[in-house]
Amino acid sequence: MTDDATLARRALARQRRERWLAHAALGLGVLVFAFPIWITLVGSTHDAATIGRGDVPLLPGNQGPENFAIALGEGGGRMHTSPAAGMLLNSAIMALTIAGGKIAISLLSAYAVVFFRFPLRMLAFWTIFLTLMLPVEVRIIPTYQVIVDLNLFNTYTGLTLPLIASATATLLFRQFFLTIPDEYVEAAKIDGAGPLRFFRDILLPLSVTNIAALGVILFIYGWNQYLWPLLIINDRSMETIVVGLAKMIGSGDSQNEWNTIMATAVLAMTPPVLVVVLMQRWFIKGLTETEK
Amino acid sequence: MSTLSLSGITKSFGATTVLHGIDLAVADGEMIVIVGASGCGKSTLLRIVAGLETPTTGQVAIAGREVTQLEPADRDIAMVFQNYALYPHMTVAQNMAYGLRIRGTPKPEIARRVHETATLLGIQPLLERKPRQLSGGQRQRVAMGRAIIREPRLFLFDEPLSNLDAKLRVQMRGEIRRLQQRLGVTSLYVTHDQVEAMTLGDRLVVMHQGRAAQVASPMEVWSRPADTYVAGFIGSPAMNFLAGTLAEDGAAVQLRAGPLLRFTDGPRPGGNGRPLTIGLRPEHVLRAGAAPVAVLLDLVEPLGSETVLHGRLASGEVLTARLPGMVPAAGTQLELHLPAEALHVFDAETGRRLDA
Repeated sequence: MTDDATLARRALARQRRERWLAHAALGLGVLVFAFPIWITLVGSTHDAATIGRGDVPLLPGNQGPENFAIALGEGGGRMHTSPAAGMLLNSAIMALTIAGGKIAISLLSAYAVVFFRFPLRMLAFWTIFLTLMLPVEVRIIPTYQVIVDLNLFNTYTGLTLPLIASATATLLFRQFFLTIPDEYVEAAKIDGAGPLRFFRDILLPLSVTNIAALGVILFIYGWNQYLWPLLIINDRSMETIVVGLAKMIGSGDSQNEWNTIMATAVLAMTPPVLVVVLMQRWFIKGLTETEK
Repeated sequence: MSTLSLSGITKSFGATTVLHGIDLAVADGEMIVIVGASGCGKSTLLRIVAGLETPTTGQVAIAGREVTQLEPADRDIAMVFQNYALYPHMTVAQNMAYGLRIRGTPKPEIARRVHETATLLGIQPLLERKPRQLSGGQRQRVAMGRAIIREPRLFLFDEPLSNLDAKLRVQMRGEIRRLQQRLGVTSLYVTHDQVEAMTLGDRLVVMHQGRAAQVASPMEVWSRPADTYVAGFIGSPAMNFLAGTLAEDGAAVQLRAGPLLRFTDGPRPGGNGRPLTIGLRPEHVLRAGAAPVAVLLDLVEPLGSETVLHGRLASGEVLTARLPGMVPAAGTQLELHLPAEALHVFDAETGRRLDA
């Protein structure tokens, strides 16, 4: 027979053991995810020679400000020398246009699909839904052809338009709109609000947290685009930072200025991180709760 | 002139018909309560009046104006919803003002009316709050405010009290009635709660399977129910129904349970042996008097001032009685008495009331 005191002691010991295990697992996770970023951060503060020698420093050096100044203002890398400032701006334009455009068209299409009854409504919805299976990468050749035929090569329109057209956001807004009680619609009808008024005065304010959460996801999606910008932009002044960063790394035996590349990489990472950090509250709100 | 008149309203969803021709004329300032079990079509009827549904056939006229084809906003009505449907992102004041704002009412006018309505309802201190910061009763008041502020010809209430707890429900019920009488606005009130219906309505429409089983004042419905459905629906505990046949050339009924009861208000038509259903409210069952029946009690519910007894007669029929004071134990045999003057007589086949 074990008495209650022994049982309590065992329970405590087990709790302690479990907590230790949890922390160990979390620590391992942090290490796996954070270590490459740490290397990048550290790399951006040394001179080219230190990294070029082949040993990877684990502690920050003293070349940080110089490296970032070069990366931002002049660009670096033997193969490619666009300054990061311009590329960051291009990326920002692209990411914001994609996020904004996607949200705008998907809000409207979800609104139409959920709140109106019209012939072929479900066909329209499923057609939109089908585009989920056809991301830009799959339809890249015909899309390229279309954009070139429309004389949109090397334009922001050509850069963003094909990426805006997709169903993910429509689907999410549809699901959200379906949770909005019919009574709101009916109350608005009795109050005399027409469809556009209802959309603007009631539906949009209710969707704010969802829009914010989706905005964060879509901004990062847009920011990280690689293949399409690589294809449709060959004017250096319009290059995005993700593409530019990749182009900075030379192939073969060429000597890379890793310090500048690392600094550019840090610069490329910063905006998405900032967006997530600043929008975190909204982001979590949008994913977990609805204002109802 | 009646404020609201419905003529021949029917509604079908596909093959199912939920309303089979409703006719109703509501006088100015009258409060009509539409009551019935769920699925009887009462909400559909209200939504047709509101313009949220279109009737399959029939006409709706409000204040003499044919509105069947008009949008809800053009019908001069206001509606209070079951879950209030207050816009969650707007303050109480904005919620109340929204309808006026859309109609282009001038700002000072809106402010004045919001102020007036809030004072009337005692929600002045809540004007700047959001709906989620309000309690159920406060939301209810705001929903009322949103309806009142528009000064409509017709109020529509769709089970507005069913989301409140029992105590608050009683309180709000009184408030709604007082307010409605004070403002004198014609109202249509839908509920499944017979107590609400009895206390609120000038007249009741008891709905049963898409038809108006009875349209009458609450007391009329209670004392002279038109058929067995209405009789069983209104009143709590529900009315007892006992099988019997006409006897003594229409002057009495021979109950299957044993006693022969002579009608006190005159003979019923039909020959001896005509099957009848006799209704008797539990509160009318007596402990002493004529026509004794033996009841084997199987459930006793003491309510304090009185006790509800559920038992079985020798004929196998169920009898419920509400008696003051006594609390006998379940399982005992008890002699109860059925007073002839409190009987309701129905035709056993059609369920319709048979009057003398």
